[in-house]
Amino acid sequence: MAESESARPLTHPLSRPADQEEDPKEHLLLDPRPRGEMNRMVMESMHATSWKFWLVVALLAGFVIFSIIGVWGYMIAEGLGVTGVNRTENWAIFLVNTVFWIGISHAGTFVSALLRVVKAEFRRPFTRMAELMTTFGLVEAGFSIFMHLGRVWLAYWLFPYPNERTIWPDFHSPLMWDFLAINTYLLASSMYVFMPLIPDLAMARDRSTGWRKVFYRILAFGFRGSESEWTHLKTAMNIFAFAILPVMFSVHTIVAWDFAMATRPGWSSTVFGPYFVVGALHSGLAAVAIILFIISRTMKNMKYFIRKEHFDGIGKLMLMITMTWGYFFFNDYLVEWYGGESIARTVQKFLEQGPQNWIFFLMLACNFLIPILTLWNKKLRRTPGAMLTIGIIINIGMWLERYVIIPMTLTINRMPFTWRIYVPRVEIYLTLGTFSLFILMYLIMSKLIPFVPVWEVQEGQMAHSLRKFGKAEVPSKAEIE
Amino acid sequence: MPEDPSNETVQPGKWGMVIDQDLCMGCQACVTACTIENNVAFVGEDDAGYGRWMHWIRIERFWEGTYPTVRTTGFQPMLCQQCGHAPCEPVCPVYASVHSQSEQTNLQIYNRCVGTRYCANNCPYQVRSFNWRDYTRPATFNNMFNPDVTVRKRGVMEKCTFCLQRIRRGEDLAHSENRPVRDGEVVPACAQACPTNAIVFGHIDDPTTEVSRLAEEARNRNYKMLDELGTYPRITYLKGGPSHG
Repeated sequence: MAESESARPLTHPLSRPADQEEDPKEHLLLDPRPRGEMNRMVMESMHATSWKFWLVVALLAGFVIFSIIGVWGYMIAEGLGVTGVNRTENWAIFLVNTVFWIGISHAGTFVSALLRVVKAEFRRPFTRMAELMTTFGLVEAGFSIFMHLGRVWLAYWLFPYPNERTIWPDFHSPLMWDFLAINTYLLASSMYVFMPLIPDLAMARDRSTGWRKVFYRILAFGFRGSESEWTHLKTAMNIFAFAILPVMFSVHTIVAWDFAMATRPGWSSTVFGPYFVVGALHSGLAAVAIILFIISRTMKNMKYFIRKEHFDGIGKLMLMITMTWGYFFFNDYLVEWYGGESIARTVQKFLEQGPQNWIFFLMLACNFLIPILTLWNKKLRRTPGAMLTIGIIINIGMWLERYVIIPMTLTINRMPFTWRIYVPRVEIYLTLGTFSLFILMYLIMSKLIPFVPVWEVQEGQMAHSLRKFGKAEVPSKAEIE
Repeated sequence: MPEDPSNETVQPGKWGMVIDQDLCMGCQACVTACTIENNVAFVGEDDAGYGRWMHWIRIERFWEGTYPTVRTTGFQPMLCQQCGHAPCEPVCPVYASVHSQSEQTNLQIYNRCVGTRYCANNCPYQVRSFNWRDYTRPATFNNMFNPDVTVRKRGVMEKCTFCLQRIRRGEDLAHSENRPVRDGEVVPACAQACPTNAIVFGHIDDPTTEVSRLAEEARNRNYKMLDELGTYPRITYLKGGPSHG
């Protein structure tokens, strides 16, 4: 057992002034509860529902049916003429949503895999909530890209499948890379969500009856918790945590290449790859903060698992990413400005002084100014309500960032005769529809699978303990691996 | 700049155009002729006003200066430049936008298109039009359709083909008579309709044709549109004076 580095010399006053230092019991891992009780708490959080829950589910489901089936169906039957896209802005809100949702999906894996790789202990209770964001976000991104297609019923032509015309998809096209990358990521991230879930499903299987028992028994693959099963599972999880990080970086870089490879002024920027990755992490981390807040407030027993320290940890990451995002934005903007190509300057002038310049400046305020002025403050980081607000602001900002990059930048092209300002129409319903579907999937999943990886929390609590040195209680950590 | 890819192989003929902006008077006869020849949909006032007009050729006009010293520039007919190194081609994930080796034009395969609209996005000339809806016409107008040209449905991209059906007919005729295609034998609808002969069409790789001669003679006022992008446009413009005196 290694002693914690925070052990103080004995000359330190043994009684701790209450206002100077936090109580170590505030940390989840130093506030252990018996295994049985914790299992019961998690099971309870899945079972406990009220009419309010079902009301929200019904409302969301109603809206999802209206928008995804009703409005999208109308759009497929009528053609894309019912949206606001036109000759000049061929790509608009559907692509904004696609990039936004892929961005959201990235942080889930990033938070989980990166924190697992660097063994950050505060990750333990919320890795799964973040990972689910990846899977659901990719589903939304898929919906959005299909909505964008002119002939969605032929979307399967993008698959390299053998066919009677002997035509394969064109692998020169960035869209093709995108299609393959997103599919790879969906597959890898689904497996990455599922593997740490197996021990919890086995736990749930042993504690439920009826259809749930059957459901969990099938999904738990007969996991019994033997030594060899744990060894294999942990090895697999370790490999995946390392392997999925480069996959994640590559996927969003490829999404950025859809734009960077084009011959559009304002798009052909070599910094777009990393800029988009950082943007994705920016919105995704903010979404993790939102989700942690909502889950800890609405689900039973979750306040025990989700604590101030978790908002604090996420907040620090958000601050770092805010600064990185600011750096990349500056880098992208300055180089383009300095380059001085007349058409690129025209785009920048349109963004800053055009009729929609409020979107550009609101985006900058939401993405950089507000987070950087608030997140340095520990008190704010440890206030869940404040983190929710900042999270929502950042996500609005990141959505607007994609709006600036796609329809607003597309307004200006090399043929001034065709310049035109985009006005969204039915896209608004479909955007709200994808957001509703995202929340709805979370709600339904919260009743089906344990949202807290119980075994991970228990493992952490076993490793952490408060040891007594004289009268002082000192947090200490044992190395497990 | 990349090499013009069509230089690598021996071509049976490279089609191109010369547009003299000094002769263009902005009458839009070419727009009308092209629309009728190629079954281009009529989108109606609202959609056209919102920027969904589908013409394959358009007449651009601009103003210079501020009031009261405003002057117009020359009219600029704009259509697909049939680039030798086309930005629209590599971005299509399903090979709907491809290069024709025999005519050296960019082809759009309507029934292969899934409507990602990447090509239209990537076209620096903004000459691709998308079928936003199934635009219908009054039943009596159905007799007006050109049987040589496909009628497109909603959700597919389309663009100028240099009147491929006319090129084909000319080539077939020449082939059956066992002779090369004569200069001026193939005339696309826009060139045919132009009352001032501002649009001239022909083989640009043959120095004896009218189109090569015009491009060569007007050496001091010829230019290619957005040549700096390395797209190798097949259309040469000849600069003109202002359109209103």
